[in-house]
Parts: sequence; structure tokens; C-alpha cells
Amino acid sequence: MAVEAPPRSQDQPAPAPKGLGGGARPPGIATDRLFRVIATAAGLLVLVILGLIAWTTTKNAWPWFKAEGLGVFADNWNPAKNQFGAGAMIYGTFLIGLIALLISVPVSVGIALFVTEVAPRRVRKPIIYAVDLLAAIPSVVYGLWAFAALRQPLADVYSSISSATSGIPLVKELTADPSPTGLSFMTAGIIVAIMITPIITSLTREVFATTPEPLKEAAYGLGSTRWEMIRGSVFPHSRGGVVSAVMIGLGRAIGETIAVALLIGSSQTISAHLFGPGDTLASIIANQFGEATGEYRAALIGMGVILLVLTVGVGMLARGVVTRYDKKMGVSG
Amino acid sequence: MTSVGTAVAGASRLTPGPKSRSRRVRNWVATVVIGLAFLIAMVPLVFLVVYVVQQGSKAFSWEFLTTNPPFSDRLPGGGMAPAVVGTIVITGAAALMAIPLGILGGIYLNEYGGKNALARTVRFLAEVMTGVPSIVMGLFIYTLVVVNTGERTGFAGSLALASLMLPIVIRVTDQMLQLVPRELREGSYALGSRRARTIRTVVLPKAAPGIVSGALLAVARAAGETAPVLFTIGIVAEPNWNVFKGPNTTLSQQIFLNATSPFAPAQERAWAAALTLILIVFVVTILARIVTAFFSRRQGA
Amino acid sequence: MDTITQTPANVREVTDTSASAPGVENPDTAAPPELPEEQRELVFELRDLEIRYSGHTAVREVNIDVAAREITAFIGPSGCGKTTVLRSLNRMHDITPGATVHGTVLYHGENLYGPKVDSAEVRRRIGMVFQKPNPFPKTIFHNVAYGPKINGRKRSDMSDIVEEALTRAALWDEVKDKLNKSALGLSGGQQQRLCIARALAVEPDVLLMDEPCSALDPIATARIEDLMEELKRDYTIVIVTHNMQQAARTSDRTAFFTAEIDDAGKRVGRLVEYDVTEKLFTAPSDPRTEGYITGRFG
Repeated sequence: MAVEAPPRSQDQPAPAPKGLGGGARPPGIATDRLFRVIATAAGLLVLVILGLIAWTTTKNAWPWFKAEGLGVFADNWNPAKNQFGAGAMIYGTFLIGLIALLISVPVSVGIALFVTEVAPRRVRKPIIYAVDLLAAIPSVVYGLWAFAALRQPLADVYSSISSATSGIPLVKELTADPSPTGLSFMTAGIIVAIMITPIITSLTREVFATTPEPLKEAAYGLGSTRWEMIRGSVFPHSRGGVVSAVMIGLGRAIGETIAVALLIGSSQTISAHLFGPGDTLASIIANQFGEATGEYRAALIGMGVILLVLTVGVGMLARGVVTRYDKKMGVSG
Repeated sequence: MTSVGTAVAGASRLTPGPKSRSRRVRNWVATVVIGLAFLIAMVPLVFLVVYVVQQGSKAFSWEFLTTNPPFSDRLPGGGMAPAVVGTIVITGAAALMAIPLGILGGIYLNEYGGKNALARTVRFLAEVMTGVPSIVMGLFIYTLVVVNTGERTGFAGSLALASLMLPIVIRVTDQMLQLVPRELREGSYALGSRRARTIRTVVLPKAAPGIVSGALLAVARAAGETAPVLFTIGIVAEPNWNVFKGPNTTLSQQIFLNATSPFAPAQERAWAAALTLILIVFVVTILARIVTAFFSRRQGA
Repeated sequence: MDTITQTPANVREVTDTSASAPGVENPDTAAPPELPEEQRELVFELRDLEIRYSGHTAVREVNIDVAAREITAFIGPSGCGKTTVLRSLNRMHDITPGATVHGTVLYHGENLYGPKVDSAEVRRRIGMVFQKPNPFPKTIFHNVAYGPKINGRKRSDMSDIVEEALTRAALWDEVKDKLNKSALGLSGGQQQRLCIARALAVEPDVLLMDEPCSALDPIATARIEDLMEELKRDYTIVIVTHNMQQAARTSDRTAFFTAEIDDAGKRVGRLVEYDVTEKLFTAPSDPRTEGYITGRFG
């Protein structure tokens, strides 16, 4: 709340009125109000921009939505034949997310546990900095490095696994047809896993660190080993937060574009072959936007809209999980 | 009663029995696995940095930073001067837009909005906005600006990057301002200072290190982004210092375009560009950490 | 008069010929057992115990013998090391960063801090109840079952184990119909008795209590004091308390701690006097003890 200027004493001359209105208005109030307006406008900018994003992209994608209707989800992408179903890309987006989470979550939880429960105090900060460095590396550099240095070794690994498992009934569906170039769901998924690890680690670490000391002491006091204490006190306390962190990681994985574009191999049909090529909503836009016109272009923009809806949806779910879980457990500080 | 040790005369009560031995083993295994997780995460980091330095230093030099690329990918030599210039001016312009607006927005949230419905909505949407993929930001500016003006410019890229940075700066400002103790503000009000002046002279300086650090991290992120500039800035073969006029290029875009090139010289340039980009990003990130560490110590935080 | 037989502490054989109803002041149990010093079975022997936090001494020169099936109270003003000493008895300082324990702590004649000692096993045998009740955010049943479960007791035994522990903690009747409800729904006093039940479920032979009633109202406090009377028959109890009267009421022996300022100007705790409760309160040997119990300083 703004505070009024202090009353002037008798022997001081009245200061010249400043700002608009003059006369009885206390000095400086106009700038104060102006500042408030500017700040509020800056805050509202967020709403404006988000609204604009939703509006212009949908508007430009409308021809596609209109032409395909529910066919937008069809698995029949073929621009040459005027077919623009995005089903394979939606599938690819989720598959990459799944692979990335399966690899990243155990590692992230492990690092978070390491920092909060196992590592000696002094090493904690350096470890956190080191993990955060992973986040600082631009996506395009990850893509370049993986393309040049990992692709071929991974291709060899895939073909070994593929031949080794060619007899196992369900598994062989996943491992068949390995890409000779190494460009595949799995390669892209591994790199995305590396990229989302810092954020999942950071959020999980924060949640673990809020485990109340009395809860830990209760477990130790009963003769628990450290691992038993983690399972008995830290994990149950952190469930909601970890789920939320995982969902935020999923949101990042879904939106990851450039590294995926370089590593996924560009194939637009739904396939269960993890070692084979595919495409995601984000990567196909990056790779094909330059050449696209008409409905083709509208389709790519439309996939951007779907991507937007997915990431916003996942983000809101993440928020919802935390609040619901906290309420249910009657979490006290 | 299953107490271990009573049955055997003279056995210690406190050394582990068979059952507790398996618990100990499980504990030890868990500790090892947990420690391994960190090492696993560090392997790609080290591997990548070493590889980029190795490959990048082949073509990296002052000439590289200041010469234009050859007119054909096949040809060796040349440099990425246009991309260096482009990264600097495009990211710079984005920062000049996003940082002041972001700080103001954060000020609104924390100093004026408080808990009211509008502020809560803005806060929520700012968080949502940080999750919007960078390629969607690129599409946004493409459809809004490029389509309507008919031209691709560096500034369009700046707009896209600024949209990416804005929610980050807003959120970090909001968080840092929240940390400023109430007593500090009240002291200022009690002396007759109005809110704007209080914010300017007391609150902001206190929160400044955190805000600066957060802004620097946002800049580092923007400098490395590719997707927002991919369809908004076009491409050039010569440095374009005018961000408002004509197309431009950035290091990230060049890396992306050259990454899959079959020609070794183009690949070398891409690696050197990657090294340049990593250097920029790391330097800015480390600067951000230094700001936090140095200033919070000075303020006796 | 209780007949205390010399058996290993794990096997509790108490032949009690006089039933003492809880709450009724039984002069026999308030007076010290009449065993001569040499025949007291010692659970803990502390010799020149000193505990430091990050190099700075928190408490020193502690020499105490705790006998089996007695209640030993630690009293004294704040900050003089009572809780610090208590927590060294179940090696809780292992998980406190920067804490180091010097001197000797013997448990049934064995070095509690010996190289081969498993601290988890220590804490199973030497249970602890904390100042503020800290039940797990689980059901009442699972709170009590937690300890036995990690110690490998069979699932089929669990209901019996839980029932017995809750009965010993004088809580069974109040919760037997809501074992599946969250423990956080109990009152403060009930939660604390739940924590006692939880500690008893792993069959310790010692119960360490760190100001267990300080967060409770007088009625809940009285119930826990009565409970301690009963528990004393089977367990050795060491209790830290701020409440002198509580120590006088319930304990067999009392140790009085105080804090001094050392040469560096820092507070260091030390043991002043340790004696049979009645004697310490009626005829203390040290003037500082007398000063404290008569309220001249607190």
C-alpha cells in the first residue's frame, strides 16, 4: 500500500506540485501509479502472448483440421498423395517420451537420493552443478554429437540385440529391423533421456529434501538401515512430488525438437520397432517445414497445435497431482 | 522371541546376525546403485564435452569467428562469422525485450498482484508458458509476423526467443522478490517512500543477484536455441548486424543445417560452431553462478 | 515386592506378587530397589563420555551406570547436554553430521561403539521415543508393524505382534476398532503412546525417552507416566525431562546436568550429580543440584 508523504512542518515552503493535476496532489503519486500500470501490463503480456500463440497457430492450421476432421489422428502421412494424418507422429511423440522416462527416471531418482541422503555434505553442491551442466548444453549440440559419435556404435548394438532376441516371442517385435544408420526411436530416446535428467533430478531432489527430520529419525530409531529409512520415510513422503517431477520431465521430452529431428530417422508410419526410424510431432515440423505449402504447411502447423495442447495438458496434470496428493495425505509441514 | 544371540553363550548382542546381514547387504547394494546413477549421468557429459573440444578445435580459431563461410559446403576453410554475429544480435535483441518486461511482470506478480485472482492466473499461465516447446514459439512468430510481413528477419527470431525467455524471467523475478524480507519494505515505507520507489531502491537491489543470475541463464538458453529461429530468420552468408532488416543466421541454425552434411569441411565448421556455442553458453552459465555466489556473500545473505 | 531375577535382558521373567494398579502411588516402587550396588545388573556404563559437535564440546565428563528395569532420569536446564547424552545411547549421533562421541559407552558390558557393531541392531534393542510424536503418515496398524516387518517377522504373526505392542502401550482399547485409520488422526497423547507401541514392537530391552510429555497436556502426561511405571517391570527406561517433579515422581535414579562456560566462552554441559532419586531430591551432595531443585536457577 502506498504511504502518504509526511506532513510538512510550518516553516517549510510548500513544494511545487509535481505530476499531473498539481495543486493538492502529493508529489510522486503519478509516477507511482504509472509504474503500477506498466508492471501490470507486463504481467498481462503473458496472457496476451499465450492467447496469441493459441490463436494464430490454430488459425493457420485450420485448413488442415477442416479438411481432415478426425482424420488428423490417422496413420497415413503421405504428402505426395495429399494424405496428412498425424497418427504416426503422435505415436512417435509418446514413444520417445516413454523411452526417455524409462531411462531417465531411475537415474534421476538415484542422483537425487545420492545428493540428499548418501553424499557427504561438501560434495553436494559440486554434484548439483555438474548435473545442471547437462541442462546447459544446447539441444543441437546433443544432436550433432550423437549423430557423429553415438550413431554407429549404437547401430552395432542394435543389430546385435536384434539377432540375439530374434527368437523370443514378444521381444522380437520390438527389436526387429534395426536401422543400419542407427537413426531410430531408441537413439533419439536415449538422447532425450539425457536431456531431461537434470530437470527431473532437480525437482526430485527438492522433494526428497523436504522429508521431515522427525520422520527419518522415527525410522532410524526403530533400527532401519539407510535404505530401509529411504523406503519407509522418504519415498512415501515424496510420492506426489516425484510423480509431478516425472510428468514435467515428460512434458520436456514431448517438446524436444532438434536432437530428435537429427536422430530419429524420419519415417511416418506407426511401428513397434524401437531400433527403427520414426518421427515425432516436433521433429517432423523441424525437418519438413521448409518445403511445405498449402495443406501440407497447415498440417505441420496443426501438429504444432497438437503439441501445444499436449504439453500444456501434461503440465497441468503435473500441478494437479501435487495438490491432490498433498491434500490426501494430510501433509503437515 | 527371536532375539539373535541369546541362544549362544558369549555371543555378542550387537554384531549382526544372519537376518540382519541380508539387510546390510541390501543396504550396501542400494548405496552402490545410487552412487552409480551419478556416474552414469556424468559419462555423456564428459564424453560430449571432450568430443566437441576435440572435433571443434580443428577448425576453431579467431579466423573462424571472423570469416564468412565458403560459397560451397565442399570447400574447406572459411568460418562462421555471420552466425556469430547473428547469435549475438538476435539473442541480444531478445534479451533487451524479455528481461525488462520479465522483471516488470515479476514485480507485478509479487508487489502488486499478490494473491488476487488475476495474479494467480498470470502466475499459473507463466508456468504453463515455460513448458511451451520452442518450436511452437517458432511457429507462433512465423504465423504472426513472417506470414503477415512477408519477410524473414533476425528480429522475428528475436521475438520468438523473447517469448521463450519472458516466462522464465518473470518466474525467477517473482521468486527472488518473494525472498526479500517484509521488514525491508516496511522500513522503506515508514520513511515515506512510495511503492514504486521502494521497489526501485530497496527491493530490487536486494533481489538483484538472483534476478541477474536467472536472466543470464535465460540468455544462455536462448543463445543455444535452434527451433525458434529455424523458419523465422531465413539464412545469410554474410554478417548482418541489422537485426531488423533482412534475414540472418545463428550458430545453432548453422550447426543444425551442417550436422548431416556429407562433406567433411562443412562438418568441421559445424563442430567448430558447436564448440563456439558451448563456450558461449558455459561462460554465461558460469557467470550466472558467480553473480549468485559473489553478491549473496556480499549482502551477507 | 518385585523379585528381579538375574536373567539376560532379552528374556523377561518378572514374577510380580503385588499387583500395582496404575495411578496408585506404590511406595515400594518409588523407593530404590534394595539390591546392594554390586548386584545391580548394569545395562549402560558411561565412562568419561564426551560428545562434540564439529569439534566443539557439547557435554563432557559423564559417568553414569544405568541399571536394568529402573527408570533413570536426566534433568537440568536447557542446553546442558541431557538429550545429547541420551542420543549417544542408541548411536543416533551416527546420523548427525559433525557429531563425534568420545569416551566409553558399554551396553551389557560390550562397547556400543565397537568396530563390528551394527548400529541398526543397536537401535532395535535400544528403542527411542521422541519429544514430539512422530508417527509415520500410515495407518495405526502399519506404524506398529513397520519395525517388526523390517526385522523379518512373518506376516501371519503381525496382527498378534501389533495387538501385543498396543496393549503394552495402553493404547489397544482405544484404537482396536480403527487400526486401518491414519495415525495422524489420533490426539497428541495417543500418538505418543502409538510411538511407544511402535518402539515396543521390535522387542527392545531399553526405552530411551526424550522429553516425551513436553508436547502433551497434563492428562496425557499423567497417562504416560503411569505407563512408564508399568513398562519399568519389563524394560529399562532412560528419560530426559525438563520437569523436575516428573523426575521425582517416576524415576529410581536421577542424573543432574548443568552447563558451564569454558575458557573460549562457549557453553559446555557436564554431569553434576547422579544418585538415587530420593536422595538427590532430599539431600543433594552438590550445591548446584540444590540450587536447581529449589528453583534458585532453572
